[in-house]
Amino acid sequence: MDIFLQQLINGIVLGAIYALVALGYTMVYGILGLINFAHGEVVMIGAMVALAVIQLLIGSGVPLPGPLIAAVGLAAAIPVCMALGYSIERIAYRPLRQAPRLAALITAIGMSIVLQNAAMLVWGRQYHSFPTLLPAAPHDFAGATVNELQLFIVVLAALIMVGLLWLVHRTRLGRAMRATSQNPEVAGLMGVNVNSVISLTFVIGSALAAVAGIMVAAYYGVAHYFMGFMLGLKAFTAAVLGGIGNIAGAMLGGLLLGVIESLGAGYIGPLTGGFLGSHYQDVFAFLVLILVLVFRPSGLLGERVADRT
Amino acid sequence: MNRVSVNGTGWCLVLALLLAGCGQQSPSSGSVIRIGQVSPLTGPQAHLGKDNDNGARLAIDEMNARGLTIGGVKVKFELVSEDDQADPKTGTIVAQKLVDAKVAGVIGHLNSGTTIPASKIYHDAGIPQVSPSATNPKYTQQGYKGAFRVMANDVQQGKVLGEYAVAKLGAKRIAIIDDRTAYGQGLADEFEKAAKASGATIVGREYTTDKATDFRSILTNAKARQPDLLFYGGMDSQAGPMAAQMRSLGINARLLGGDGAQSQEFIKLAGAAADGVVASSPGVPLEKMPGGKSFADRYTAKYGQIQIYAPYAYDAAMSLIEAMVKANSAAPAKYLPELAKTSRQGVSGPIAFDDKGDLKNGPITLYVVKGGKWNALETVGGAAAAAEKK
Repeated sequence: MDIFLQQLINGIVLGAIYALVALGYTMVYGILGLINFAHGEVVMIGAMVALAVIQLLIGSGVPLPGPLIAAVGLAAAIPVCMALGYSIERIAYRPLRQAPRLAALITAIGMSIVLQNAAMLVWGRQYHSFPTLLPAAPHDFAGATVNELQLFIVVLAALIMVGLLWLVHRTRLGRAMRATSQNPEVAGLMGVNVNSVISLTFVIGSALAAVAGIMVAAYYGVAHYFMGFMLGLKAFTAAVLGGIGNIAGAMLGGLLLGVIESLGAGYIGPLTGGFLGSHYQDVFAFLVLILVLVFRPSGLLGERVADRT
Repeated sequence: MNRVSVNGTGWCLVLALLLAGCGQQSPSSGSVIRIGQVSPLTGPQAHLGKDNDNGARLAIDEMNARGLTIGGVKVKFELVSEDDQADPKTGTIVAQKLVDAKVAGVIGHLNSGTTIPASKIYHDAGIPQVSPSATNPKYTQQGYKGAFRVMANDVQQGKVLGEYAVAKLGAKRIAIIDDRTAYGQGLADEFEKAAKASGATIVGREYTTDKATDFRSILTNAKARQPDLLFYGGMDSQAGPMAAQMRSLGINARLLGGDGAQSQEFIKLAGAAADGVVASSPGVPLEKMPGGKSFADRYTAKYGQIQIYAPYAYDAAMSLIEAMVKANSAAPAKYLPELAKTSRQGVSGPIAFDDKGDLKNGPITLYVVKGGKWNALETVGGAAAAAEKK
């Protein structure tokens, strides 16, 4: 079996999920210059809502095929997360739009804590198992194993990202988003409804978060109320790695981070002669964050916000 | 690490100060006797922590219903439950908080990693401590007179697991993963020693953390070494997803775990991959204990499904209270000698301590998952014989 190839596959699947979440951070940052730390919790809520619906469907005893159940779960989670994303912006960030940036940042962290604890009250503290709905049987691929779920995650993530690029670069809404990101005041003067563009950005980012939440829960087979925290931090790192505010950067950063983490965890033990073990897996993301901030603060592809005064 | 925990710790400090103030006004020597309970009530092991809390609470409620008299005064026991988040730092903070609240004794903590640092604080304050589930041998090796546990330790459990893996499960090439906690690492080390001594080869050792959900990297490494058995030293919240991820990576080795994995939660989390997984648990299967069935009924009626350690927490609480009744005092210095002399039939097994505070003749039972349930395979250790004598 080819270990390197297997670790690479593990990393790409993980990276595809990071990229989806990173897009949410980067889109909001690109437009508002705000780091929406509650985004990770939206991912968690997406997974939890989908899980609740899926459990209800399975519990109802109606013999539905697994993929259909998963699709219904997804269809339920996306609008819930969209509404949540909209409300977060409306309630927590819009009143503070003219306030100093630090105020908005603290509000974001507060929002994250509120959502996390609300989820704990609703769904309890324990780990919930996420049922296997898509075939997860391993297939041999050039000496490594892949399963349909992994393929599905990568393909769906890629489709969504292509769709998003198309939306931002080829549609009226995309043009309005880009205009708002360059200069909200002037965009407003040119007839762009800045408030609705910002709301839509949150709504789109939250829809991506819902998809990512279900992917992550299905991939690892578990969902819990604080799953969004670490995932959010890592996706934020991915966004910074690619250049925060830059949509292509978030995709690249996500993929790279997933691969770095996977290869890092796989090879750190042998490379350091057992001095550092694979439990340092989570350290890689933050090591990357520090290195990027020190050596290339604008990220690999550069911040989009750089041209904004 | 966790934003909530930082916040929680802050509030804990504030609460600790408040409680310290209250403690001076109403010392527990009056009609109310406070007993501390510490376990992780938030985080990945919260279900286990709540299980301990409920187990202790059941004992306290039952004793209160009996209306005991200690030192000529009618007493009421009050459980002061604290959340240590399975974090050693927080463990010492809440331990100090309990000391300041003048508890008469402590049930806890759940994890070895929190129990060991906290035990110094209880020792310095002269408060006896009975851990339901801390199995790392170091806990009772510190020479603290007031430190007890009602569960066989990792030396005993690791030895049984290692020998069983080789002799009964036929393992020759073994990969080991642990979560780098005092419990997981300690158990894995003892397992490794015993498995090696029995003639198996350890083909790989990998590590994760007690908060991880992604094990694909380490499992990929383990798979490359073609083990026929994979031992995990850690808790169910990791062991469950790990079993499922093993399956999806096409690893056919059997998964073997310790008491931390032997829960209903594990079966739920592992799903179809749970079948055939073997894990040990100190003690005897509940249904085989005199009073075990009745305990299970009383517990489930009130709190639902037992996870793992509720019977042990119940036994820990009962041992403390019984010692207080026998000594006719809730003053730690007075009832501690009685606690050391404990000899009673608990719901998890016969409870008696050796001179270090370890459970005497702790039996260990091995279980296998079949059809979504843990089925007892066999019980190894002294108390099995003791149970037969009855």
